[in-house]
Amino acid sequence: MLRALPLVFVLAGLVLYVVLAGADFGAGIWQLLSGPGERGRRIREHAHHSMGPVWEANHVWLIFILTVSWTAYPVFLASVASTLAAALFIAGLGIILRGALYALAPGLADGRRLVALQGAFAIASLITPFALGAAAGAIAAQRVHVGNATGPLLGSWTGPLSLLVGALSVCFSAYLAAVYLAGDAARRRQPELVAAFRRRALAAGAVSGTVALAGLLIVHSDAESLYRGLVHGGGLAALGISLAAGAATLALIASGRFELARVGAAVAVAAVIAGWAFARWPVLLPGLPIARAAASHDTLVALVVAVLAGAILLFPALGLLFSLTLGGRLGGAPHAPAGTGPPGLLAAQPPAPATPPRLRASALRTAAALLVIGVGMLNVADAGWAHAIGVIGLAGFVVVASAALLPVALAGE
Amino acid sequence: MLGAALAPVHQAYLLQARQMQALSFAVHIPLVCFGIAFPAMVVLCEWLGLRSGDPLYTTIARRWSRIVLALFAVGVITGTILSFEMGLLWPNFTATFGSVFGLGFAIEGFSFFMEAIFIGIYSYGWDRLAPRWHLLSGIPIVITGFTGSLTVISVNAWMNHPTGFHLLGGRVVDVDPLRALFGNSMLWSELIHMYIAGYMVCGFLVAGAYAHARLRGRFGRYERTAISIPLTIACLAAPVQVLVGDWLARVIAVEQPIKLAAIEGLYRTTRGAAEHILGWYTDRQVRYGIAIPHLLSLLAFHSYDAVVRGLDTVPAAQRPPVNITRLSFQLMVALGTALALLGLVYVATCVARRRLPRSRWFYRCVLAAGPAATVALIAGWVTTEVGRQPWVVYRVMTTAQSVTGARGIPVGYGALVVVYIAVALGVWWILRRLASMPLEPAAGAGGPAAVEPREA
Repeated sequence: MLRALPLVFVLAGLVLYVVLAGADFGAGIWQLLSGPGERGRRIREHAHHSMGPVWEANHVWLIFILTVSWTAYPVFLASVASTLAAALFIAGLGIILRGALYALAPGLADGRRLVALQGAFAIASLITPFALGAAAGAIAAQRVHVGNATGPLLGSWTGPLSLLVGALSVCFSAYLAAVYLAGDAARRRQPELVAAFRRRALAAGAVSGTVALAGLLIVHSDAESLYRGLVHGGGLAALGISLAAGAATLALIASGRFELARVGAAVAVAAVIAGWAFARWPVLLPGLPIARAAASHDTLVALVVAVLAGAILLFPALGLLFSLTLGGRLGGAPHAPAGTGPPGLLAAQPPAPATPPRLRASALRTAAALLVIGVGMLNVADAGWAHAIGVIGLAGFVVVASAALLPVALAGE
Repeated sequence: MLGAALAPVHQAYLLQARQMQALSFAVHIPLVCFGIAFPAMVVLCEWLGLRSGDPLYTTIARRWSRIVLALFAVGVITGTILSFEMGLLWPNFTATFGSVFGLGFAIEGFSFFMEAIFIGIYSYGWDRLAPRWHLLSGIPIVITGFTGSLTVISVNAWMNHPTGFHLLGGRVVDVDPLRALFGNSMLWSELIHMYIAGYMVCGFLVAGAYAHARLRGRFGRYERTAISIPLTIACLAAPVQVLVGDWLARVIAVEQPIKLAAIEGLYRTTRGAAEHILGWYTDRQVRYGIAIPHLLSLLAFHSYDAVVRGLDTVPAAQRPPVNITRLSFQLMVALGTALALLGLVYVATCVARRRLPRSRWFYRCVLAAGPAATVALIAGWVTTEVGRQPWVVYRVMTTAQSVTGARGIPVGYGALVVVYIAVALGVWWILRRLASMPLEPAAGAGGPAAVEPREA
């Protein structure tokens, strides 16, 4: 039980990554498919702006997945990473390009340069989910074996199942993004954009569903043991839930209830991932069951405690971010150039009431005393406890001295 | 040496793999400095604005918060690449010891996550949150900047001083991850050294931008206010960094004597060892350097006649490259000392004259101080990482044992170089753009969060 718990965390993180970051990738894809002219420009802008405040947070789920994996199942993670190095490296390059372009693009005036950057952004948004999906497909097809880069550099992740999961990731990202962007446009009361993204959501949803169902044939031929797991017991139930959630989501989109549709889409993804887990349980890689892959007891306990404690801090914060974003309290472009300031901003302000000189002198004396304590305890003494006091003394020195000197510096010449 | 989880492989491009890792760190670490230190300066500036009612502070804080956001976004991706490389380049390290050190990164993941969330709230929340709530939303960014450093450095300290496990036939047993990471004698000195470095790099680089403006004749109320905050903090941090560096060096003398021997170019174990300044290590000694008798023993062990272990106490295969380690250490110390002197000049002027320094040379030095601090930062990391070689986990696993068996490392290295050069150009360009934006009012005219002057 304890040994499998981190795997549950990883799979939950995977669901969140696919749903949240997938929508960001999809937004990039829609920028690529926005079409020409003024309408295309508005679609691109909408896709860009609405993912603003939550962007970084969404992509940190990938780091969560990696760190929990290598702590709890180090041999599994190392075998996967070294064998699928090429796919993961391509995904990494896509992540760099996409993130850098996202950070750099805002505030750009319209122009050819912007279009070129958006093109690069969109291509990176396409490559990354494909490569990550292909890597997941390779694990599902049991093409990764225990060892340091045991499989072929390219062949390991270009099998039929890899290509299927890669394509499905792209379709699904586009689908999630369209649902999200339609909902966002509805909140901003932009009916034209709502209609545009509802059409895209329905189309992408239909394509995703078709690819997923047709993909079962590929699963059957490329990974028969996985197929057998998927059509029995828990796997079958998960598959059924995914199918039902997917169909319900399309109905919700058609009726314009986008928030519920996002939940439905998330359920559909979670069910597919759960189905995969059911079908392969309890084996991570061929010959590597969870029980053998798992780290020792103390590490797992520490990890589970850390994840739960982190979640207690994280989810309220994440809830705050999403409620502010969805409530329209955030958003807009932080980089949007504003007009010049009102006259008077830079004019001399009435001088702030001067700190009494005695206070300043006493602050300097305190700072000097803290510095002497710091040097004595940290640099002269040799005991560990003395070093701790020394560090605190020096930290106090910096704080007190800053408080003493800043008013002098700020007061001008 | 002592066995590993995965079978050993031969990697022809080990050096390229190490350079690729070094490049990834060299790009990431300066960005980290802005995540550690800049939010504290922005929040301080915003607080000064709330307290004084002067909208100029709020304007500056807003401008800076855009830089925080842009650099954090780039830092997220360079950090993601680092976490990829743990598995892509060093699978045997991760496979063997992931259960020992991994927890540090797992906690760091949460810390990073919280930082991302609150940077989002803070950066997009101007005008939209009440001023006091907005200020408060900046505090978690400062805290997570520290906890993030704590956890990452805890892993590096563990690699330098591995404890909290035993190795049995390539599998780790008796793992105590909390003791390994947080009960480590190298953690605190390394952490404080890096944390202060973050304030120096960020403070001097930001101050340098306004020093540049001053040298070109622009030094109004805006520039003066904006230079005061980062410059004061960096100038106080710089002398303190010298003291903390001395502490770290004494810890290294105890825990990693061979690293110290490489730093000093000390071949023979010596009683009352001399310190050599400059020079080149060749033929088992430092040539052309200035020797100061007994100083090394005195600095490292606080004793005139202390015995300092030399490189001769381990086989040749277990010695790090001496000149790279030694010269990067000397570079760091030289630059750090110069920055500390610059800091003392600033502090002395502020205390004695009750004003900022006026000399053009002072502002030329401030302009150079940012790049100098960055170079010192990288040189320090080169010292500690190259000085640990040939080990990835000190005296437990070699770097060669940990490397991937995958082919194509030169291709990946080349691709990463190209992409990071493009990213660097892009960052330079966005910073120039942000700097050239016209000053704006602290809040949109009549906006909901117009700064309300509080009573003084």
